[in-house]
Amino acid sequence: MSEADAGTTWAASSGVAGGTSTAVEPRRDEALPVLAITLNVNGRERRLEVDTRTSLLDTLREHLRLSGTKKGCDHGQCGACTVLVNGRRIYSCLTLAVMHEDDEIVTIEGMGEPGDLHPVQAAFVECDGFQCGYCTPGQICSAVGMLAEMDAGWPSHATADVSSPPIALSDEEIRERMSGNICRCAAYPNIVAAIRVVSEGRPG
Amino acid sequence: MIGQALDRVDGPAKVAGQATYAYEHWDDGQPLYGFVVGATIGTGRITRIDTARAERSPGVHMVMTHHDTPAQGAPDLSIPFEYWRAFPVLSRADVRHYGEPVALVVAATFEQARAAAPLVDIEYAGEAGSYDFAACRHQAYAPDSLIYGMIPTDTAVGDFDAGFDTAPVRIDERYTTPYEFSQPMEPHACLVEPHGEDLIVHVSSQIVDAARASIASTLQIDPERIHIVTPYVGGGFGSKLRIHHETILAAFAARALNRPVKVALTRQQIFHLTGVRPTSSQRVRLGAERDGRLVAIAHEVTMHTNRHEEYIEPTATTTRSLYAAPHRLTRHRLVPLDLPRGEDVRAPGEAPGLLAVESAMDELAYALEMDPVELRIRNEPELDPERGVPFSDRHLVECLRDGARRFGWESRPAQAASLREGRWMVGYGMAAAIRGHLQAPTKVAVRLQADGTAVVRSDMTDIGTGTYTILTQVAADGLGLPPDRVRVELGRSEFPVSMGSGGSWGATNSCTALHRACEALREKLLATASNDARSALHGLDPAGAAFVDGGVRIGGASETLSEIVARNHPDGVEAEGETLAMTDDPNYQDYALHSYGAHFAEVGVDADTAEIRLRRMLGVFSVGRVLNAKTARSQLIGGMIWGVGAALEEEGAVDPRSGAFVNRDLAQYLVPVHADISEVDAVVLDGFDDKANVLGAKGVGELGICGAGAAVANAVFNATGVRVRDFPITLEKVLPGLPPMDD
Amino acid sequence: MRSFTYERATDARGAVAAVSRPGAKFISGGTNLLDLMKLEVERPSHLVDISRLPLTDIEELPDGGLRIGAQATNSDTAADARVRTHYPVLTQALVAGASGQLRNKASVGGNLLQRTRCPYFYDTAAGCNKRDPGSGCSAIGGFNRIHAILGVSDACIATHPSDMAVAMTVLEAQVELLDADGSARRVAVTDFHRLPGDTPHIETVLRPGEMITGVVLPPPPPGRQIYRKVRDRASYEFALVSVAVIVATDRGTISSARAAFGGVAHKPWRSVEAEAALTGHPAAMATYRAAAEAAMRDAVGRGHNDFKIELARRTLCRTLAQAAQATEAG
Repeated sequence: MSEADAGTTWAASSGVAGGTSTAVEPRRDEALPVLAITLNVNGRERRLEVDTRTSLLDTLREHLRLSGTKKGCDHGQCGACTVLVNGRRIYSCLTLAVMHEDDEIVTIEGMGEPGDLHPVQAAFVECDGFQCGYCTPGQICSAVGMLAEMDAGWPSHATADVSSPPIALSDEEIRERMSGNICRCAAYPNIVAAIRVVSEGRPG
Repeated sequence: MIGQALDRVDGPAKVAGQATYAYEHWDDGQPLYGFVVGATIGTGRITRIDTARAERSPGVHMVMTHHDTPAQGAPDLSIPFEYWRAFPVLSRADVRHYGEPVALVVAATFEQARAAAPLVDIEYAGEAGSYDFAACRHQAYAPDSLIYGMIPTDTAVGDFDAGFDTAPVRIDERYTTPYEFSQPMEPHACLVEPHGEDLIVHVSSQIVDAARASIASTLQIDPERIHIVTPYVGGGFGSKLRIHHETILAAFAARALNRPVKVALTRQQIFHLTGVRPTSSQRVRLGAERDGRLVAIAHEVTMHTNRHEEYIEPTATTTRSLYAAPHRLTRHRLVPLDLPRGEDVRAPGEAPGLLAVESAMDELAYALEMDPVELRIRNEPELDPERGVPFSDRHLVECLRDGARRFGWESRPAQAASLREGRWMVGYGMAAAIRGHLQAPTKVAVRLQADGTAVVRSDMTDIGTGTYTILTQVAADGLGLPPDRVRVELGRSEFPVSMGSGGSWGATNSCTALHRACEALREKLLATASNDARSALHGLDPAGAAFVDGGVRIGGASETLSEIVARNHPDGVEAEGETLAMTDDPNYQDYALHSYGAHFAEVGVDADTAEIRLRRMLGVFSVGRVLNAKTARSQLIGGMIWGVGAALEEEGAVDPRSGAFVNRDLAQYLVPVHADISEVDAVVLDGFDDKANVLGAKGVGELGICGAGAAVANAVFNATGVRVRDFPITLEKVLPGLPPMDD
Repeated sequence: MRSFTYERATDARGAVAAVSRPGAKFISGGTNLLDLMKLEVERPSHLVDISRLPLTDIEELPDGGLRIGAQATNSDTAADARVRTHYPVLTQALVAGASGQLRNKASVGGNLLQRTRCPYFYDTAAGCNKRDPGSGCSAIGGFNRIHAILGVSDACIATHPSDMAVAMTVLEAQVELLDADGSARRVAVTDFHRLPGDTPHIETVLRPGEMITGVVLPPPPPGRQIYRKVRDRASYEFALVSVAVIVATDRGTISSARAAFGGVAHKPWRSVEAEAALTGHPAAMATYRAAAEAAMRDAVGRGHNDFKIELARRTLCRTLAQAAQATEAG
């Protein structure tokens, strides 16, 4: 389509809109950078074409329609979009889909489902670790990633002496390590309780 | 069943990511994406707006500006609650506050819409605006009334000046509270699917009926054409009581393009477009006898309002009921500014008002050298001190005593700045909580199906409050069913109309209505069985009937509900229940209805840096009967943590040159994170307020925040001896008062 | 966000060659770059993804130092046993920064190159000499609570937001660079970031197309290492003020001391004035106060951030006292 065509407009159905809004025929620009990629999401290969600008978050939500991963701020300031990539928790809003070929991505939909919940999901229900539920998938993915980090012996800001492992999972450690997930309903005490239930119930 | 700590029935869906919010529907195929363009001036007008470049941007279907919006209805000021009024957008060239939408870009993808938004070429003629509250305080005026004419702006009892002047101990201080924002985690979002003349509207909304009315009157179409669907709402805290620009713009675009269109505000836009808690300056005067008895209380509040759309927080209203004193005065004044409109933020009025009054009470306790708990007990009124009516069910003193005991208040350092633990200066603080209990017309229907399951329906919402769960419990209780045989369906405009979630009234409005619906359904079922020759209950006196375990028993005879329904009503049988408006309920004339509580907080203040950290916090509350022990506690804890944020962190910073909120994201507008919140617990006293409603229950959603911040602030004073009256208490306000550093 | 083309680099030489085209930028963790691209503060037309370059190793050097690959994540660096044991100030600084999710993505190289969090820099409608040279500094006369007090100019009062870089400053780290022509060089981290002067948009000494390949830590100096971060929230917030110190004492006298501040300047701020006031003096509060006074002698507040001067003094004093106490004890 030529540049001239791009500006072509047609009148909106004013009978419906009752106004004078105009719609434009969308321009299809051959040069628009689109890449064909394959993502491994929750154990499934997903082939898709994405605009290079598409965040992993929007790819999951808008292209794969896995809307369990939430957009709260789109700038890495809330944690609602947390997913696991190769077992590690990250903010899916601050990474591009095109950067994740060959990576193993796990979202909340890959954790468990009603009737077959992941232990962290079940503990959140039992301990009422949420209210509105919007930050919840991110909190849960973050908790799963965080427990793996504990198992790996990673230190945190709450660790008194970072030089001398091992580190016990105190409530203070849980709180510090979960601080990248904001809950505006402020279910924090119950989230900590849920994580404690899971960590105490785990072998070893 | 009512009151039990049942797990949230919507819990498994939420933890599995299967709960779908407004932006997450594809029923009508792939929607187009709208992106809002906001004004970059605070006051003035658009002199030129050129959409050509944006329209040529790849994937763009439409760019809408004030030149091409359809005709819109104007807000009908006779409608008592603002949320039901029209909300015209892109309706003029004037810009009335920074960030106000000036265009909408609609494109095939989110990326395309966002990229085209900055290509809308806009020229403004900026004008001088008023953005500095402190500098404009002299322009304050008295509004006609508070809350839509229901509450007077000012009150006076006795002779305040005379009473105060003669009081032997006096406190006269000014407190300020900042701009605050609700900031629910789910951004304000709307997806509109056009179906001929009808619009299916997935919108994140606290009140379905208000959303429908506001959209219909703005678009000037029949409300019946609008079908709201909002089964899950990702938090509201007042900011979703009404619909905003995203909804109207999505509707315009969907109609113009005859395609589903969805629009979400960005986190940054939410700060300018979804309401702000007004900043306030509050003068509190307390005059007391040496034994602590108050003789005079004055609470005078000045706050900002948007110049064009008046909004008033009822900040001093709880002061009218909290403590006894013969001489009293309350006042509300407004300073018109060119800042975004004020809207309700969790516990509007009570939250900032109690920050001031309960700080002042603490100052009085120190002036009297009296235990702050004892000071409050000493000022417990017999009757509502301004209205002269009895309290329906007041247990503030029990909350204070029980909380003090549980918290270990007796180990509080009586002298400020006297307890050190390493580098931490440790302090205890407390404050009272009070919040009016409200009621509004609400309908709920319950239907028993032939399989013996019940379906509850209302356009009521669950914004995280636990509505699905408590309605399940009330229906299970009312029909004698196990909770897994009750299904609750909410958030659709086709369902019976409620007043939604807000003002802490949603739970009691909807549960009371459902309780009545169950009563009516029981009567229907009994009448059916009694008249049915095939029923085991045929001809028996229904007066002795019991509904248990999914059946009806009269004496030795019994029959299952499914048998009765299947035989007589194969399509199910339904009944509706209703809750009255406050104005139609004589108890609101005859009694003062409130819920109460007492907060206790322990903080540590770093003796070197003045960093303030909460160490533990306890609230003890009296809310009548609890509907679900688990979800009620969660809401109260959540409210208390909001109080911590209000005391220590939350503050919208205005740039007085532009009228913009400078710190408009979640990295800079600080709300509490996990690490800020140590042990926080809430205890609810057993109770039943028979004046509130048939269930004896009162609202809990906002009580937790009331007074919570003051308890934290008072603990900071106890820790440091530094009294900060300008909230939030950030470290630079405490730092100058810290002791010099020692070895 | 503007449209851009994307390619993934497979080796370092290829990466620097690829980024030589106009409008090209490296992307690594992306946690700051994408944040800024969404707001069109950054507008690259081509992204060269260097996150999978084989630059993730952390290896011991023959001289007893440590080399950290530029693509090592903040998490892996913080958790590395050698870093934790010999450079604990670096681990402390890393885990004090951002959140677990961000540290899992953010690279060491990217952390050094993160941009200021000045809200006016983020707001394309506001004047900002760093974003748009010549457009003025909105923070001067605006809301400047988080802004710099040292090394500022009339053109810019922004701070560098990194915690990690402050620790690296007292560790006297060297930044390894690879130029487009294939040549490598090393720059002391102290010299890597620039003061704003008249050109606040030029933040580092990186040449066009140059890439960070790693950070070299010399063998750890003697003494106790402490990173102390002061902020409003207990976590997930940039520093109002931070301090990194390494202090060694000998029978009550400070035998060596290094001190740097974060949150106070356009770069991690090493205070040679404070160090001079410490070395050879008694390990006592009077010495720390003198060091704090020396460190803040030229500090200038702009209103909202005035408090940072006293806060920085007090934070330094306490951190020095803790470090000296620990080194005496241990």
